[in-house]
Parts: sequence; structure tokens; C-alpha cells
Amino acid sequence: MTAILNEATAPASAPALAAVRARRPLGVLVAGTLLALVVIAAACAPLLAPYAPDTIDLSSSLVGTGRDHLLGTDSSGQDLLSRALYGARSSLVAPLALLAVAGVLGVSLGVLAAWRGGWVDVLVSRLTDVMYAFPGLLFTVLIIAVFGAGMTTSVLALGLAFTPTVAKYTRSLALSEARKPYVDAYRVQGMGGLRICATHVVPNLARAILGYLVVLFGEALMSLATLSYLGFGAQPPSSDWGLMVQEGQAAIVQGAMLPALVPGTAIALVVVCFNVVGVWAADRLGRQ
Amino acid sequence: MSENRPRSTPAPAAAPPAEALLEIVDLTLRLPGAARPVLDSVSLTVAPGEVVALVGESGSGKSTTAKAALGLFPAGAVASGSVRFDGTEVLGLTGERLRAHRADGVALVHQDPRAALNPVRRVGDFLVERGAGRAEAVELLASVGLPDPQRRVRQRPHEMSGGMLQRVVIAGALAARPRLLLADEATSALDVTTQADILALLRTLRAEHGLGLLFITHDLHLAAAYSDRVYVMYAGRVVESRTASALFTAPAHPYTRGLLTCSPTLGDTLTPLRPIPGRPPSLSDTFPGCPFVERCAEAEPTCETWSPRPVPLPDGGAAACAFVNAEPGLSPVFTAVGNRPAGRDRWAQTQADGADADEVNHA
Amino acid sequence: MTPHLLEADSLSKTYPLPGGGSHQAAADVTFTVPPGGALGIVGESGSGKTTVARMLVGLVRPDHGTIAVAGRAREPRPPRGRAARLARAREIQMVFQDPYVSLDPRLTATQCLRTALRLHDRGEAEAAELLDRVGLGPREADARPRDLSGGQRQRLAIARALAVDPRILVLDEAVAALDVSIQAQILQLLAEIRAETGVALVFVSHDLAVVRHVTDEVLVMRRGKVVERGATARVLASPDDPYTRLLLASVPTEGWDPTDTARTPLPPP
Repeated sequence: MTAILNEATAPASAPALAAVRARRPLGVLVAGTLLALVVIAAACAPLLAPYAPDTIDLSSSLVGTGRDHLLGTDSSGQDLLSRALYGARSSLVAPLALLAVAGVLGVSLGVLAAWRGGWVDVLVSRLTDVMYAFPGLLFTVLIIAVFGAGMTTSVLALGLAFTPTVAKYTRSLALSEARKPYVDAYRVQGMGGLRICATHVVPNLARAILGYLVVLFGEALMSLATLSYLGFGAQPPSSDWGLMVQEGQAAIVQGAMLPALVPGTAIALVVVCFNVVGVWAADRLGRQ
Repeated sequence: MSENRPRSTPAPAAAPPAEALLEIVDLTLRLPGAARPVLDSVSLTVAPGEVVALVGESGSGKSTTAKAALGLFPAGAVASGSVRFDGTEVLGLTGERLRAHRADGVALVHQDPRAALNPVRRVGDFLVERGAGRAEAVELLASVGLPDPQRRVRQRPHEMSGGMLQRVVIAGALAARPRLLLADEATSALDVTTQADILALLRTLRAEHGLGLLFITHDLHLAAAYSDRVYVMYAGRVVESRTASALFTAPAHPYTRGLLTCSPTLGDTLTPLRPIPGRPPSLSDTFPGCPFVERCAEAEPTCETWSPRPVPLPDGGAAACAFVNAEPGLSPVFTAVGNRPAGRDRWAQTQADGADADEVNHA
Repeated sequence: MTPHLLEADSLSKTYPLPGGGSHQAAADVTFTVPPGGALGIVGESGSGKTTVARMLVGLVRPDHGTIAVAGRAREPRPPRGRAARLARAREIQMVFQDPYVSLDPRLTATQCLRTALRLHDRGEAEAAELLDRVGLGPREADARPRDLSGGQRQRLAIARALAVDPRILVLDEAVAALDVSIQAQILQLLAEIRAETGVALVFVSHDLAVVRHVTDEVLVMRRGKVVERGATARVLASPDDPYTRLLLASVPTEGWDPTDTARTPLPPP
């Protein structure tokens, strides 16, 4: 009789890997904490901000960091910390709205294509392919050229530009979901196609789709900031981060880095954090 | 002809041949987080050229037992007992020696041949990977009964049916010239006619190569019809070990009897099925006594505390039931059985009577 | 007035194969089932038995051939109107092979039954009755499919089919994935339900012994064609067709030798 610990014979990598997966990796923890701080800061901007975001004080133009202005001021003497805090609101809410638009349209189109198949699928798939082939930003600028600049138009236009991505992803998920026998069972019960899709197929895909949307958030924020930077999105006196970068770049020539650096850093930080958390969350949600 | 009829030469059940190919003794396997051992004091032997079946429902531990023969354990498992292959202890093997054991002596054939085959590689490559030469690969495919083997070696898995693929996997298993073949539900996913073909093939191979075969299945009828000896497993324990013919005619453990009466058969008279109530236990169920007590129609209060152990049967088998009569001397019928192996049916009759008498004693 | 509850007349289905060619899954399959009867459809993989089952419930549209229930022809494709769809569902229901994937993973047992009952404008209170009927207790009532055992899932799937109160129940390999002891429980449950409700069964299976226990009549299918039909006891005791004989010889019983089966000659189809 031998009593043996057979740890050595067991594939050692499997439990170790599971442990890493179960634990939240350090990077995700840091990124998540930072994101939470940003959200709290945006929500409590009126309490935290030392100045109103649009208080112009030409006497203290382009002041560096100091006791009065923690992160300095821009060329109009507006406090950069206050502007960045208030800017976080539109910079975070706008991508949410954008993803809501893309989510509703994309999921509807994707499920429709997968469910109906045949020519409907071909039509939707070709349409998304064409939009894929067309640069998203160019498409957005085209819409804005027709309907005029502004945050609402930008959100809607970018929402449209993001739709094909979501539709393609949803279609691939829905294709395999619609083939599952539980969907057949609903059909045999006499349930209509629309009801099966809306009340059973989509809710079963919700986790995976949400995970995907979290990954897209960073890209959405970046795209909106780009539009604002180009002058198509948020308009002055808004303190949207993208707009702030654009307003701040003139000061670089005058040797003041902060007006562009503060919003630029904020954008980079939030986008990176969302990507780190997003990929982790999508993996978890997708695997359920 | 007797080559194809191994059951005509009965193998002793309790006393394994000295030269046992695989000998598992008191193997107990615990997993962290499981309330009971995955395997509890499992003992079994397979002799060269013997077909041994391991029967059980899902979660009975039959696949875990088979994998243990390969030195393959679930992650984090703690094993005690002994698994000897050809005299070598497998439990302590590590690294190169474990690999050598897995590569040379024992081969495992799974239920799903597609999982064993790389879909983009040719069938011939699969065999070459396992140590066969190019010419040998063709021979191997011919030996497992694949028509036109020259063409088959150049085919890819998707060009073949499930039955053909299982033949390829068996050919791959044979390429390493194993002495023990573990067939883990190897024919369960196949059509009945294909299953018969594969089983006929395995029987021929056994005769030709002296291959020991450990045949794992959920189908008690198949096990009893195909093998020399049968081990029935329940909740990680061997509850009965018998020669196949004795299992059909005189099952000793109530669980074995239950399995037989709840499996539909094709007999001339239609006997109603008598389902076993409840369901097979999971790893979170624990048992102070006999694990089958909750589902057993013949259970007595003593069963709830009786810790199961194999009780030897007069015909050389064993059953882990408190109400199996352990002492042949008590009943004159048992000695008669040894002299008249043909009178199995009568033996079954008296065995049942004996059990009744036993119940009266306990009541 | 017709004596037949279910009439399937020369059902045929051919699938195109990738790379040209085609596969005839069912060829002129004709059969009838009397009210409360039980028909077995037996065959190996590729015999077309599942295609026939799916044509019966409308999941596959036959290339030609008709299906009628109580003398009324069924439309080849699901009707558009809600009332027509529901009436059609009450004719034939189905229990699928794998109870895990045929149940909505999101819904508990009770929710699953309520969904079916609500759809058919029946009282949701009947859910408890149905659960009780198939032997599921209060603990299982609030469990999702992943927390149920294989047998419990198949009980739920049967309850869901009964929630529609169908006249015919099609079971496609409904006990194939279950442990033997559980399989016997489900077969007994089906026999009870058949006796109580008078529902007719179409029992599709590869397992001759199970079919022998469940059905009165049987069709033996091979490569899309019916090769033999008749009373189950007669067909399985003295088969006329060589293929049926081969199938029977392949079933392991005492004294069985697989080499005998391997040697049984079979004419090309």
C-alpha cells in the first residue's frame, strides 16, 4: 500500500490557471478603482470643483500649478481642474448614449439577419460590410456636414457608425443561439418569431453583448473626443475633454503644456482603464 | 471457434491470475471540495487476454478508475492504494517514466474519435505520430478492417464516418503495441451495427495480440454479453464483481438486479420495467453506510450504518451488500454449485431464497 | 370522420450537399397513428428518423407529402396568425433528445411552464400541477436547467410539452442521453401519461429494446426509406427485412457474439 500525493502527476497548470482566472488580476483592480474614482468625481463635480467651469479670469491666464489653481489655468484663465471635472460628465455620458444607439440598432439588425436568414441576412451583411469598408470617422463627418455640428449629432452619427460592429457581433451570436433546440421548442409551442427573439434569444445573449459594449466604450469615448477636437462635436463653452485639448494646443506654443496635457491625460487614462476592465469583463461575461 | 468464445473458459473472479496485467488494489481518490471520495477502495484486475467490463451510471467513478490505470488523475486529487501495471507501481510515476508508461503499455480509446484526431491532418500522419512506419500505417488500417487502406491513410477525418474514425483511433492505439486497451464508452456513440463490428474487431485483436481489455460502459447488458468478468460500480465503489454469465443469471447486489430489471430487453415476453427510484448520487452526497440504501428496495435499518466491503460469493465473485450470504458452509446449495456449473438458473433461485431467509433474520 | 389521428403521406425531404450532390433524408415515408396509439420509428444515424420527427412538428418543411391531424391537413410552414399557430401547436408537441439544450437556460422550471401556459391562455397555476405530474418537487420548481439532473430536465421537457395539452407527442431520442435507471423512470412516466391523457406517441429511437417497451407499431427506416413496418412485437420477434434482422442481431444479449453480426450479409439499399 502506498499513499501518494499525486500533485506532480496532475497537470499542474490547470489549477494555477483557474486560480488566476478566478482572482481579479492586479491591473484590472487598479484600472477599476481609477474608473470608479473618475465616475465619482464626475458625479460630484459641483462639490469638488473649486471654480465654475466657465469662469473666465483673464488676469490669471496660463497660470501653472499652484495653490489657487491645482492644475493651472488655460489662456482664458479658466481653472483646468474644474473644467476637467465637469468635462468628465459629458465625456462619460456621451459614449453611453452613443453605445445605447449602436446597441439598439446593432442588436436589432444582427438578430433580424440571423433569424430571417436568406435575402434579409444577405442585405444586412452587405450593408454592414459597406459601412465597414467606409472609414467610420469620414462617415460621421459626412453626416455632420449635412445636419450640422453639435454633441447630439455627433452621438447619433457615431452611434450609426458603431452599429455595423455591434450588428456583426450580435449576428454571429444569434446564429448559433437560434440553432439551439430550446428555440425550436418555443417554435413548436406556437410562439411567434418576434416574441422568441425579443423575450428569449436577446436576453440569453445579453451578457455577451454587454461585455462587448464595455470593450467598445473606450473606443466610443476616443471617437467622440476626436470629433470634439476637430470642432464637430461639443461646442464652446463646453468643457468636453476633446474640445479642451483643441483649445489648449495653442498654449503649447506659448510654452504652457498643462491646458492640453490635463484633458489629454484624462482621455488616455479613462480609455486605457476601460480597455483593461472591458477585456476582462467581456471575457467573464462571455464565459458566464 | 473457441478463440471467439472466451466465456467458455471461465476466469476466476476473486483470485486473479498471478500474472495480472493491471492490478488496482484499494484505490481511493479524494478531490478537494468533494464530500465523499471519488473512488472508494476500488480493487480490480485485468489479466492478459481478458475482457473485463466496468459498468456504472454517470458519476459512478468508472471513467476515473480507467484513467487511473494511465496514471491520469483529476487536478488536485489525492490518491491512496496501489495501481500496478505489469508489476510496476503507476501511482508514484512522474515525468519521463509516467510518459513512457502512458506511451507504451496502455492505450485509451474514448467515446468521441473526433476529439482524438486532428481535423486538418491526414489519418496516416496520426498513425505515424504514434510510432508506426508509413507502410505499417497501411497495415494497421487494414488490420482494423478499414477497406482500401492505401487510400485511407491520405484522407482527413472529415472524409470518414464515426465508425471508421473509431477504427482509426483503435489503429492508432495499436500502433504503440499496447498490452492493455482501455475502451471508455468507445462504442456508445456508434450505431448498433457499427458497435457490433468494432466489438468483433476488438475481440479479434485481443486473440491475436493477447491484449487485455478494460471495457467501460453504462450498458449492463452489453457488458455481460461481451466480457469475461464484470465489475459494477456505484458511488465510487465496486458493488459487485462477477463472471459475466453469473451476473446475468444470479446478480447478487440489489443495484445490479435493479439495473437488470430496469433495462429494456428484446425478450419474447414483455416484462414491465421496474425503475430504480431516486437518482445516481453526486459528489456532494455522503453516506454513513451503504450508498445504495436510499434507492434499495431490500434495505434494512442496519444498511444505513453498514460500511460496504466486498463479501465473497461462493462462485468466486463478490458483492458489497450486507445481505449477501458470505459463508458457503451455511447453505448446502452453494457447494453443489461448484460441482455443477451448468445449473446456474437453479442457483439463482436458491440464492434468492437465501436472501429472503437472511431478511427474515434481520427483520 | 377518420379513424386515424395522425396521417403522414409520402413525406420526402432532400438536402443539398456542399459541393453539389444531394442527400435524401426521407423518401415517401407514409404512416398513420390511431388516437392514443404509439408508433415507434427506428433506425440508425442517417436513417432519416429525426428528419421525419422534425417534419411532423413543422421544424422541417417536407419537399412533398402531407401531414394531417384528425383529418385536417397541416400547413407545410408555420401559419402567420397567432390563433392558427397555437391551434397547430396543440396538435403535436415534441420532446427533444438533449434536455439541457432544449430548455431555456435563463428560466426556472416554474417559469418555463408558465411561459408555455401563458402562451396558450391557460392558467399559470397549472404549472404546479404539471410539475407534480412529472414528479418534480418544490426544490426543482425554482431551479434553472443547469441545477437539474438529466432526468429532471427531461421530466421538465415533458411537462412543458404537456402544458400545451397536445393530441400527439413526438419524442426524438428522448431517453437516449439518460442513465439506465433514470431512463426506466421516464419510460414509466410516459406510459402513465399516455394512459391518463390518451395522448398518442411517436417515439423516435435507435434503441430497439426501448421501442419494444413503449410502442404498439413500428417503422424501421434505413437511408430515408421505410424498410419494414408492422406491430412492434411481430417486427422485433420475426422480422421480414434483412436489415431489421441485422439490427436485432446487433443488440447485445446473453450468448451474443458480435462476430455473428459482422458476418450477417446485407443487400445494398
